[in-house]
Amino acid sequence: MAKVKVYVTLKPSLLDAQGRVVQTALENLGYGNVEDVRIGKYIELEVKENGQTLDTQIEEMCRKLLANPVIENYRFEVTE
Amino acid sequence: MKFGVIVFPGSNCDQDAYYAVRDVLKEPVEYIWHQEHDLKGVDCVIVPGGFSYGDYLRTGAVARFSPVMEAVKEHTDKGGYAIGICNGFQILCEAHLLPGALVSNDCLKFVCKYVQLTPANLNTPWTNQCKNGQVLNIPIAHQGGNFVCDQETLKRIEDNGQVILRYCDEAGRVTPEANPNGSLNNIAGVINERGNVAGMMPHPERAVEKILGSADGLNILRSVIEWARR
Repeated sequence: MAKVKVYVTLKPSLLDAQGRVVQTALENLGYGNVEDVRIGKYIELEVKENGQTLDTQIEEMCRKLLANPVIENYRFEVTE
Repeated sequence: MKFGVIVFPGSNCDQDAYYAVRDVLKEPVEYIWHQEHDLKGVDCVIVPGGFSYGDYLRTGAVARFSPVMEAVKEHTDKGGYAIGICNGFQILCEAHLLPGALVSNDCLKFVCKYVQLTPANLNTPWTNQCKNGQVLNIPIAHQGGNFVCDQETLKRIEDNGQVILRYCDEAGRVTPEANPNGSLNNIAGVINERGNVAGMMPHPERAVEKILGSADGLNILRSVIEWARR
C-alpha cells in the first residue's frame, strides 16, 4: 500500500479570494507583516499497487479530477 | 424543440428552467436524472444552476463524471444544443465542453442581484433574438463566477466570436465597475467553437416574466428555438 500526498494550488496568476480574506484576518490580529496568503488543497490517498506505474496513475488522477489544470497546479509525493 | 433539464443532487434551478420552458416558452420539456445514460431524444439540454454534489473539490468537478454527462458529450459532439447556466456553466467548463474556468468572485462575496448584459456576438444559436447594443436585465446569484483562462485561449475565443455576453452598465458600456465578479474582459457567457454549446453565469430562466422583474432571459432561450427552426 502506498501513501500519496497530493498538493493542489491555485495558479499564481489568479486571485486567491480565500487567501485574501485570511490575510486581512491576520492583519486584524496584528500580523501586519504577512505579505501574501495562498490557500491550496492537501489530499491524502492510500493506493493499492495494481501493476500500473503508480506515478503515471496519480498523474492521471490529478489531471482528470483532483486538479483543474486550467486554474490549478499540482504536485504529489509517494511514500510507502 | 424538445428540452431536457439535467438534475444533479444539489441542483436548485432545475424547476425554474423547467417552468420557463413549459409554461412560458410552451415547448416540451423533461427532467433528466444525472444517473440516466439516455437523453430521451431532447434537442436542447439545459444544465441548471445549483450546488451539484455540494460543490465538493471544485464547483462542477464531480458532476462532470455523472453518467448523464457522457450522454451530453455524445449529444453535443453530434451538434446537439446544450446550455449551462451558473453551476451548469461551471460543469460544462470542467467537462471541457467549454473553454476556461470559473473561480471565486474578486469581491470575495456571494453576489445576488440583477446585472446588465450586452450581447457580444448576435450570430449564435443563443443570441440571435437579441439586438445590437441591447442591454439585457438578468439576475446573477453566485460566488464563483469569475471567468478565467490563459491569454492564448482568451485571444482565440475573442477572435472567434465565442464570447456571447458581457457585463455592462445601464447604458451598455462595458466597464470595470459593471463587472460583478472580476471576469476577464467582463465575460458573462461563452460558446464552444461550433457554437452549439453555451455557458453563462446569469440566469435567463429567472427572467422570463415581466411581473417577476424582467423577461429579458427569453431573448436567450428563444434564440436557440429560432436558430434550430432556420
